[in-house]
Amino acid sequence: MAQDESRAETGRAGREAAAERAAIAVRPGEFRRGPSGKREKVFELKGAGVSYGGVTAVRDISMDIHRNDVTAMIGPSGCGKSTLLRCLNRMNDLIPGAEVQGELLYHGEDLYGQTVDPVQVRKLIGMVFQKPNPFPKSIYDNVAFGPRVLGHKENLDQTVEEALRGAALWDEVKDRLDDNAFGLSGGQQQRLCIARCIAVNPDTILMDEPCSALDPISTGKIEDLMIELKKEFSIVIVTHNMQQAARVSDRTAFLMVELDAEEDNRWGRLVEYDETEKIFTNPTDQRTEDYVSGKVG
Amino acid sequence: MAESGAAAPRNRLAVAGARATTQAMLSNQPRGDVIRNMIFAGLLLLAILIALAGLVALLVQAFVKGAPAFSLDLFTNGPSRIRPESAGFRPAILGSLELIAGVILFVVPIGVGAALYLEEYADKTRWWNRLIEVNIQNLAAVPSIIYGILGLGFIVRGPLDLGFVLAAGSLTLALLVLPMVIIAAREAIRAVPDSIRQGSLALGATKWQTIRRQVLPASVPGILTGIILAVSRALGEAAPLLLVGAAAFVTFDPQPFSGDRYSALPVQIYNYATQPQEEFRALAAAGIIVMLIVLLAMNSVAIWLRNRYEQRW
Repeated sequence: MAQDESRAETGRAGREAAAERAAIAVRPGEFRRGPSGKREKVFELKGAGVSYGGVTAVRDISMDIHRNDVTAMIGPSGCGKSTLLRCLNRMNDLIPGAEVQGELLYHGEDLYGQTVDPVQVRKLIGMVFQKPNPFPKSIYDNVAFGPRVLGHKENLDQTVEEALRGAALWDEVKDRLDDNAFGLSGGQQQRLCIARCIAVNPDTILMDEPCSALDPISTGKIEDLMIELKKEFSIVIVTHNMQQAARVSDRTAFLMVELDAEEDNRWGRLVEYDETEKIFTNPTDQRTEDYVSGKVG
Repeated sequence: MAESGAAAPRNRLAVAGARATTQAMLSNQPRGDVIRNMIFAGLLLLAILIALAGLVALLVQAFVKGAPAFSLDLFTNGPSRIRPESAGFRPAILGSLELIAGVILFVVPIGVGAALYLEEYADKTRWWNRLIEVNIQNLAAVPSIIYGILGLGFIVRGPLDLGFVLAAGSLTLALLVLPMVIIAAREAIRAVPDSIRQGSLALGATKWQTIRRQVLPASVPGILTGIILAVSRALGEAAPLLLVGAAAFVTFDPQPFSGDRYSALPVQIYNYATQPQEEFRALAAAGIIVMLIVLLAMNSVAIWLRNRYEQRW
């Protein structure tokens, strides 16, 4: 498989070669991977919004998410950042009554197009959840699960090892791959979930507050990991923690809760989206400045 | 400064007051509460003792009466109308085992399938799915004799027209315990955390792959518990079997589909117990011991399986 080989290659040249092969190996109904390049857009959101059973949760979000960037979404609770994140790999499809408005392009193709299969989308756009959710299986089987269900059964041992190395977990677990994953610490479990995700060689990894259940040391390891992983993947992270966004992300989106005139309905709205440094040092919008400086929470 | 000087004694007073109140709250539990607690705990203990007493009385009676008649020959000898000393339960034991095997074959795929549909696929906001749910709860409470009549009308005669064969008995018992299996399997499936399903789907697994490889293996222990209960119930039922062809004096080993009658342990026990001779009644008590042994053997297999699959989150 072209995807499997690409992992072994390092550096920009290797990535480009792998991307080219992947583009050639595209099958009908599957998304094409574009050639690599810093400013290439992975997602383009044009007036995107989500509602649950007719109640708007987020609306009118327009932003581009770039390849090999860590893109952070910050904002107060209830501003819809997780909701927005879950749109990007169609996890919201699982919630009855959820509906997406506006345009959501992935490598230029409509993510919600009629012929798009959400299962295919999730193969390319992986997700790491807030609470570590290892499967009740061995460490090995956790990582091997994705390749197995996708039918990539050759060189499974190698795939598992590379994924665990990629998640900086290999040295800690190589002697107990057959142990139950619940025996790992919270931080190790979360890195296992990241390994599980990269074992299927996705294009983009979505992370929904991946460190909110972890201690500072584990958090630091995962942040280092993100910076390492963005060489190979594009990462979108939702976080409560502004310092975390400042540390790991290249671009930051600030979302806020907006109320209607009667204050009956509330929804999330994108306030500002820019280079992380600009958001934290010289934001354009007063509301962003109030939030990042801690005046409002 | 003057202000803080005035405040200091006030603060000390407040602290002392708070401390005294706390101490009073912690140490002086009102006597009434203590007594009420003891009465309540005593009543709960009484409840469990009454439940246990019934069971113990039953077991003691069966063992006292049945022990003299109990021997390993009971497992190998056929029944007899005349000679209680050489009468046994062999056809009845085999009949019960075959009945139960049929029940398991029928009830596991259908029960688990129905539970999976209701938990994973059915839209609970739809009235027909809620109707199905309520009806399954009600079916679990229908008296077993009704299932006997159903089996007679639809399985022995009627549409299926199997005749009075062991398979008909099996199907009837399976219908009887099916709601129990569905309810238990649903509970087990519901207990699998949603985060497992989401994690699997987020890796690009299909819904069926998620169910087959994550949800089902994780709910095996709960499903097995349901099957243990269902099988125990099916093993003990005599009433519906009497209607669908179980007979007391079968001297040959049962065949699932042949037209010959078959026997089952509870039916055999019932028959011995209604014989006039004292020896036969002792035999009935011994039959209860035999049935308990069969039941324990089957359940221990299921419990062993369950412990093998036991998971924690």
